[in-house]
Amino acid sequence: MTQNLVSRRNFLKNAAILSSGLIVPFTALKAGKRVQDDPFTSFAPNAFLNIKPDNTIEIILAHVEMGQGVWTTLPMLVAEELDCDWKDIAVAHCPPNPAYNHTAMPLIITGGSTSTWSEFERYRKAGATARILLTQAAAAKMGVSVASCKTENSCVISGDKKLSYGEVAAAAAQLPAPKEVPLRAPNQWKYIGKGVKRLDTTAKVNGSAKFGLDVQYPGMLTAVVAHVPVFEGKVKSFDASKALKVPGVRKVVQVPRGVAVIADHFWAAKKGRDALVVTWDRGMGASLSTPDQTQRYRQQALKDGLQAAKKGDAKASLAKAAQTVEAEFVFPYLAHAPMEPMNCTVRITGNKCEIWTGTQMPALDQAAAAKILGFKREDVTLNTPFLGGAFGRRATPDSDFVSEAVEIAKASKEFIKLVWTREDDMKGGYYRPFFIHKIKVGLGSDGMPVAWHHNLVGQSIMERASKIFGGGGGGQEKKADDTSVEGVNNSPYLTNIPDHFVGLHSPKEVMPVLWYRSVGNTHTAYAMEVMIDALAHTAKQDPLEYRRKLLKGHPRHLAALNLAAEKAGWKKNLAPGHFQGIAVHEAFKSYVAQVVEISMVEGKPKVHKVTCAIDCGLAVNPDGVVAQMESGIVWGLTMALYSEVTLAKGEVQQNNFYDYPVLRIHETPVIDVHIADSREEMGGAGEPCVPPTAPALANAIFEATGKRIYQLPIMHHFNKA
Amino acid sequence: MITLNVNNSAHQVSAEPDMPLLWVLRDLLNLTGTKFGCGVAQCGACTVHLNGEAVRSCITPVSRAENQQVVTIEGLSKDTTHPLQQAWMAHDVPQCGYCQSGQIMSAAVLLRQNPDPTDEDIDLAMSGNICRCGTYPRIRKAIKDAAKIQKQKSNA
Repeated sequence: MTQNLVSRRNFLKNAAILSSGLIVPFTALKAGKRVQDDPFTSFAPNAFLNIKPDNTIEIILAHVEMGQGVWTTLPMLVAEELDCDWKDIAVAHCPPNPAYNHTAMPLIITGGSTSTWSEFERYRKAGATARILLTQAAAAKMGVSVASCKTENSCVISGDKKLSYGEVAAAAAQLPAPKEVPLRAPNQWKYIGKGVKRLDTTAKVNGSAKFGLDVQYPGMLTAVVAHVPVFEGKVKSFDASKALKVPGVRKVVQVPRGVAVIADHFWAAKKGRDALVVTWDRGMGASLSTPDQTQRYRQQALKDGLQAAKKGDAKASLAKAAQTVEAEFVFPYLAHAPMEPMNCTVRITGNKCEIWTGTQMPALDQAAAAKILGFKREDVTLNTPFLGGAFGRRATPDSDFVSEAVEIAKASKEFIKLVWTREDDMKGGYYRPFFIHKIKVGLGSDGMPVAWHHNLVGQSIMERASKIFGGGGGGQEKKADDTSVEGVNNSPYLTNIPDHFVGLHSPKEVMPVLWYRSVGNTHTAYAMEVMIDALAHTAKQDPLEYRRKLLKGHPRHLAALNLAAEKAGWKKNLAPGHFQGIAVHEAFKSYVAQVVEISMVEGKPKVHKVTCAIDCGLAVNPDGVVAQMESGIVWGLTMALYSEVTLAKGEVQQNNFYDYPVLRIHETPVIDVHIADSREEMGGAGEPCVPPTAPALANAIFEATGKRIYQLPIMHHFNKA
Repeated sequence: MITLNVNNSAHQVSAEPDMPLLWVLRDLLNLTGTKFGCGVAQCGACTVHLNGEAVRSCITPVSRAENQQVVTIEGLSKDTTHPLQQAWMAHDVPQCGYCQSGQIMSAAVLLRQNPDPTDEDIDLAMSGNICRCGTYPRIRKAIKDAAKIQKQKSNA
């Protein structure tokens, strides 16, 4: 999911293998035929384009559309080289075939804010290859030289002769792949770096866009599950007699995590579930509660954990420092809560299975289904509709909701759509881990840090994930999980601090944890940027100037910081009662700085404006980048102000949006986004926008109130007052 | 059997009277543009018009819609030309898109009642609709643009 996963597993070497030998097949036999039919075991030809006789340019995405805009950005890359008419483009998600593996990881995955940079070459090459072959085929058919041909609007043109791509697609399919596939120079680009309208908007404003939950077929039933209220608990016994009397309820079956009620439609299934009587064996998890966990982690944070970064002798240096500053940060579990609750539709026919689900890792889900059923992978077809938000939740390495749906279909022998309610989603697991950071910093007589000692305590995401992915992390190899410490162990601030130590404790809990939009950076950026702000104030220096001094040698951090400060008018002409806070953070190879402007209204912070600057290298779709910044800022404000999942006797206490609130429109500030003019290495957009928001907000609150927020969510500190 | 009028056509459905309108629309009438987000009127994804008023169909029993007029996102316009749909496209509002049917249906009632809404009016009318992708800044802009489009249409 994360950049760290890539580097840890050294997967990048695969990129070269996978992106060479590119062949663009032209399926001209009949509309709709795709590489879906290829056996899973074979190395299918790359298949990103399907030009049909009717001139439809079908572009097949190796990444799924979950809001971030790949439905538009990847076609832009193809169109840049193909010279197709933008109106001819049709887009589809790929089937779970290894031809669509990520260019930097050996699986199909949408995550880690990688889609654009990782496909920048592959999708342009797919377009360029197609144009070369179409031109060759058209030149032969027209009896002209290739050199005399040009391409535009899905046509090959030579003098007054003209053939459409659709007319020559079949002939082009017979030609050998070109050896050289030159790509256009940036000064020739028509799409990249310019604006195009999203290709999925029409369907998303008239109700025709189909999400997983919208899958409907005759004969399909709906399943709703009564889940064990404590993770890793079990069903002891159940009585389905009342449930089976509910009109519309057909069957009740036991599955690993609970009891499923299957009915003609959702409402009957839900009423059936309400009527179920289940006795649970709550298991070991029933002892887990948030206050106890907090105490336990606090104690652990006092000891040095597994080394994640080290230079010099932090403890000795701290003892000699002119001044020390200490802080403890507490971060709760967080639920992703995408708008579309988890769901999955499964039809088993003989030894074949067909699945429909919104997933970020379709091939892993396919494999999980095959394993449960004892089928060959290629006998499991998986279709991916639009994802109604994901944010990491639809990338569970153990395929939790897909596995549950397959178990229900298998046990009931019915064609079912599993629907989780919002409460199932909130309580169903896969949270951003609970974390505590304990930091002690020594300052020199000039107020600048000379020693930094930092321990983190929190569950490892990779511990569970690596069981499926293979590879390391999670303490299994005595190596700190990067997804726990990213943002601290690679902090630009630490590189300029002579003595530092970062340690990690990864306790094991029954709570399943997962990557949540920007992963470890959700807490590490907060701890680092709030701490730096506290140091600046201790040193009686302006927080912006203090950062500038510390970030010497980190030009991209500095550029983002300076751009945000300039555009926000840092501490200039602020309205009376308004205060600003600032933060900068690199995540997923992009550098984002934000200035948050607030005032205190009725004793609570009100956010007026967020100014954001990003250096992501080349922005392929600038308005898409702006949209992601807006999105990440709203996400970051929700996380900072409100989000918290707590446990009592092992049960998640939150239920729905009334006790897990998310930001609403009346709380949304003006958001002003600036993209740095940069040709540095490309980075991501979907996640790097999140990390700076919470600390910049907290730093603004300090400016306004003198109160440092060391425990999230922020609203707890103001509700009691 | 319960009779209701959805998007100007009469339907008879076999449903318990307490079945929420949302599930009648989605599971019985196959109108899946109206979304399930929370089931407790907290998120607005299920917003439809009942006799012209915005209601949360997830908590509206179908009995309340009996012999009444229901409009869903599929019936807002024949060809995606409602001013809000046009403005939504012009501003590229949707990201994942899941909440957008509900957003647009809430905004449609606002625009009919208040052809020239201010930011405050928009905040008030739209605060019942959650968007987890954070498209709120664009929703604000799009509603204001839709108001202009609506005026131009009515003047034309």
